[in-house]
Amino acid sequence: MMINSTDVVAVLPFISVALGSVGLLIADLLIPAERRHVTAWLAAALLLTAAVIALSLLGSPTFEAFGGMVISDPTAFFLDTLICTIGLVTILLTLRYNQVRGILRGEFYILLALSISGMTLVTHANNLLILLLGIELLSIPLYVLCGIARPRLESEESALKYFLTGAFASGFLVYGIALTYGASGTLSLQTAPAAPNVSGDPLLLIGIGLILVGLGFKVAAVPFHLWAPDTYEGAPTTVTAFMATATKVAGFAALLRVLHGGLPGMESTWQPLVAIIAAATMIVGNLAALAQQNLKRMLAYSSIAHAGYALVGVAAHDTTSVVFYLTGYAFTTLAAFAVITAIGSSEGEEMQFLEAYSGLGRQKPLLGAVLAIAMFSLIGIPPTVGFIGKYFVFQAAVAKGLVWLAVLGVLTSAMAAYYYLRVVMVAFIREGSAAAPLPTPSAPRNLAAAISVAAVFVLGVVPALLLSMIGNGMLSTTP
Amino acid sequence: MQLASSKLRWFLAMADFVPVFILVLLSTGLALLVLLISVLFGPRRRAQNATKLMPYESGMRPIGVAQRRLPVRFYLIAVLFILFDIEVVFFYPWAAAFRALGWYGFANMLIFAALLLVGYVWLWRKGALEWESVDKS
Amino acid sequence: MELFVASPILFPLLGILLNVLIGKKLGERGVGWLASTVVVASFAVSLALFAQVAGDSEHAAVHVKVLPWISAGPLQVSWGLLVDPLSSVMMLIVTGIGALIHIYSIGYMHGDPHFQRFFVYLNLFIASMLTLVMADNFLVLFVGWELVGLCSYLLIGFWFTELKNAAAGRKAFVVNRIGDVGFVLGILAIFVTFGSLDFAEVFKAVKAQGGALAAAAGVITLLLFIGATGKSAQIPLFVWLPDAMAGPTPVSALIHAATMVTAGIYMMTRAHALFELAPFTQQIVALVGALTALVAGTSALRQLDIKRVLAYSTVSQLGFMVAAAGLGAYVASMFHLLTHAFFKALLFLAAGSVIHGMGHDRHTDPQDMRNMGGLARRMPVTFAAFVIGGLALAGVPPLSGFFSKDEILLAAFTHQPLTFLLLGATAIVTALYVGRQLILVFLGEPRTASAAHAHESPAVMTAPLIALAVGAVLGGALNLPGGGWLHHWLEPLIAEQAKPLNLPLAAFFTALSVLALAVAGWMYRRPERAAREVARGVGLFLARAWRIDDAYAQVVVKPFYFISTVCAQVVDVGLVDGAVNGVGDVFRRLAQLVRGLQTGLVRNYGLVMLLGAVLVTAYFVVVR
Repeated sequence: MMINSTDVVAVLPFISVALGSVGLLIADLLIPAERRHVTAWLAAALLLTAAVIALSLLGSPTFEAFGGMVISDPTAFFLDTLICTIGLVTILLTLRYNQVRGILRGEFYILLALSISGMTLVTHANNLLILLLGIELLSIPLYVLCGIARPRLESEESALKYFLTGAFASGFLVYGIALTYGASGTLSLQTAPAAPNVSGDPLLLIGIGLILVGLGFKVAAVPFHLWAPDTYEGAPTTVTAFMATATKVAGFAALLRVLHGGLPGMESTWQPLVAIIAAATMIVGNLAALAQQNLKRMLAYSSIAHAGYALVGVAAHDTTSVVFYLTGYAFTTLAAFAVITAIGSSEGEEMQFLEAYSGLGRQKPLLGAVLAIAMFSLIGIPPTVGFIGKYFVFQAAVAKGLVWLAVLGVLTSAMAAYYYLRVVMVAFIREGSAAAPLPTPSAPRNLAAAISVAAVFVLGVVPALLLSMIGNGMLSTTP
Repeated sequence: MQLASSKLRWFLAMADFVPVFILVLLSTGLALLVLLISVLFGPRRRAQNATKLMPYESGMRPIGVAQRRLPVRFYLIAVLFILFDIEVVFFYPWAAAFRALGWYGFANMLIFAALLLVGYVWLWRKGALEWESVDKS
Repeated sequence: MELFVASPILFPLLGILLNVLIGKKLGERGVGWLASTVVVASFAVSLALFAQVAGDSEHAAVHVKVLPWISAGPLQVSWGLLVDPLSSVMMLIVTGIGALIHIYSIGYMHGDPHFQRFFVYLNLFIASMLTLVMADNFLVLFVGWELVGLCSYLLIGFWFTELKNAAAGRKAFVVNRIGDVGFVLGILAIFVTFGSLDFAEVFKAVKAQGGALAAAAGVITLLLFIGATGKSAQIPLFVWLPDAMAGPTPVSALIHAATMVTAGIYMMTRAHALFELAPFTQQIVALVGALTALVAGTSALRQLDIKRVLAYSTVSQLGFMVAAAGLGAYVASMFHLLTHAFFKALLFLAAGSVIHGMGHDRHTDPQDMRNMGGLARRMPVTFAAFVIGGLALAGVPPLSGFFSKDEILLAAFTHQPLTFLLLGATAIVTALYVGRQLILVFLGEPRTASAAHAHESPAVMTAPLIALAVGAVLGGALNLPGGGWLHHWLEPLIAEQAKPLNLPLAAFFTALSVLALAVAGWMYRRPERAAREVARGVGLFLARAWRIDDAYAQVVVKPFYFISTVCAQVVDVGLVDGAVNGVGDVFRRLAQLVRGLQTGLVRNYGLVMLLGAVLVTAYFVVVR
């Protein structure tokens, strides 16, 4: 009953971020309004600390804590590190962007930290209740973050749409958890379908199906993706960057916990369904992205498509490939968003349309290069991490006999080359218009771009670095 | 035999939901009953003149619309009240098992209260409780 | 040792670094000579490595693992480099011809505002191409394969301010990606079959298991060949190469004639053990190669752009090499690759020299052969170079092209009559278009002011011409009939019976070639004929390369745009909404219920989610 030190260590990243955000709440009260960036730096320091803590715990062996409510294994700690790093990079992006747009608010960083605390709980969930708790804790601050640019209409619209559909999805999730509990009599992921003969129970199957619907919403898998383009387009770009990366990682962490960590012996039940969802997600995401003229909206569809590729790894029951894919995708997307946050007029008007990027490569070669590298990695061209990530998930699929899924993945990514290359072409080949906006200078943002690009290349050339960190002993090996 | 046992299990599992079904039946039935009673015994104002259909038959003419605009601050305070009111509910289980939980429970409740307090202080300092003043953030 | 073996790749990378960092300070001359020097250094190291392999009595390969790369369960891949007889020959071609073209470019690109960028790309290409040929496994080879594709894309669109050039770059990239799909699947299939991607392990397994692998080898080789049709511009994917002539001429010479486009042939030669297990694939390869040779060769007959003639000629000659590989004559294929690298690079550089000399009147297209004529007197060195290259291409003895082409024809003669007929016809067509081009460009009277005022190019451009001309003349000596040097050199890798010269066959084709040259000379004694004959009918059909590009536009590109538009405007907006609206009264009533709470399209989103949830649960309950 009593909490011991092992319990605390198991969720130390979560505890530090959660307590830290409470501290941030108080600290923000004491900081004068005109020195709001201090809050941002404090939040950055908090996330850096949490990332270092999670990284240092990476080597510890797998163990359960809080009476089996949470589990700690290398995958969980690695995902904690990744999520905290994404948060850190996001904060670097916000400093200048939010200031220009008048949304450099203390609450922004407090909500960001709170959302991250929810994510670091999801990564450790070993019980459906903890999973739900973490998902709600990560979602609710995000609803507010989407609307933080009030009174901008598109920001409020984005928040409202996200909130309504999100609440709907949470309903499915809770109902699914309830049915699963009703059928199996336990909420623990390790023992959920206690005996194999329960696996044919329709109540349990519907329960698992509804849980998949709820989590499918979080990762924006087709057909639960429709909120994503509207929300991503309307939210402040820094929030979009965070949602497209950290939330996606956390959503997949939940999927991995449920499908790979839990439900032993039920792989054959969910595998075809996940494969179908992955196929639909890749096809719809890429096809819809083809027609987009708005870069933010295009990246939204692109993030849907990439969820499809990660789902290929999920369907193939290969946790390592999914985690690697997500890491690569996250840094690549952050690099792309670093460029978008840089472009805009000084009045805070965003330049979302592709046209606004013409001539960028010539006026600001470095910024253009970052954009091009991000696009190349999203296509999956070596030596960027996008190539290796795709290679891993497709290879995992082939090894599991899902050859058609790998073929479909290769075909859709060939198709995706078209719309990614169009961005590069516009940035480098088209003449810049006279009214082309010049980026506002920002050292932290440049640092964020540098970190992302470095990650894209380092992981692309030496993926072994990351693989050795996660190790091969992943949660899929727990019985 | 196999089929029969799985059917049996299904019924046994469903047996747990019998109280729920009864509750659903009761609540639906009650609602229908109330509606029925009001239909049966309520006054009918069928096919009469316009005056009879007015809200007040006393000769007062209604002015303006029924929905009036209220200051949003009112809702804010109301929401805050509900928020803290619900948190207090969490104190009841602890109070009921106060002795059994001992100092460990007490320490946990202190942490809980401290978190609530932080939220309260933040609201207060941000000016959410001020009725008149302007937004401080 | 690792560093030394890797240094041919590292030198150009160093050149890129220096040129990017301090290129502005170095100025035009400095940038050009720096970029050329690093490639010369690569060439020197390649020579040393070549000498090391040659010095070993067994011709043992130099094999190093530079860095670990991927280590994921059964998949173990490292950045390994392999210098064996095959790759050392390729290294010498890439760095040797590469160095000459770098030097030539100093003159050709003189005064271009993006001089520095050009040489950075060119160095990047050398590094990438060396990665491709030095790779010791399929994955590193693929990295090089993709990188050369990227360089090709960047260099085709080098003068991107013209929309046409940018479009050509994109076309090359997209078409190559189609081939890459096959190549990637082929690599996956290799991994699934052999559990490894290392050349050594894969080919050891092939040797050990032999015919047991026939079925798997059939699939793998077909997929690999799809990759080769993209990179080496074969039917059905050859359409990008003629458009790729939009790039600067040195690029056409280096990438789109001498080196990159031969990557497919190199890859097939490297994996020849696999191809030999798949006779069906071999037949397809031979036929596709021969057919490509004839289609492209006849297309070259009716081109008016000096570079497009050479481009179609390149496609045609690549067809020769592919056909040779399909016939199992890998040495002949490599031999033709080598001689072709010399004489085609020579022809392109000479054409570049012509364009350079013509380009003074902005109102005359300097690449249109109708505007030329009589350049022989004004550009004697270029003329001599072009004649040597052209005669080598036409297969006139004792120039290099004669020997290599003859070996391929001989292989076809003894193996497959159909392939032999196609290739033989192509050989005659080749002589025809060479004669046509020589006459239209160099002989007769100048037809425009530009041609009349043309002048010889500077020494920095003519010197590489002379060097390549020597190679084009003497290249045949590398593999004289009956088991020449190249044959022995590649023996550790490719054991092949050397064939003696078939004198009647050689004499027959030599006579036909010379006759064809003469016929061309007689036909174009009035140059106006060239403009007239492409106007309609068969001429137009050939000038538009058998209308294959037009067919693609109708059959592939248009429907694809259509599908894309449909998906964006109909499926995502129309169909999803339509399905939702059509689901029926139940859902519509539900929508009415929640309508008060929601705005705009959110209700539709919710309904789609509900629909998805119904499908998911239905799957579990019904399908299970």
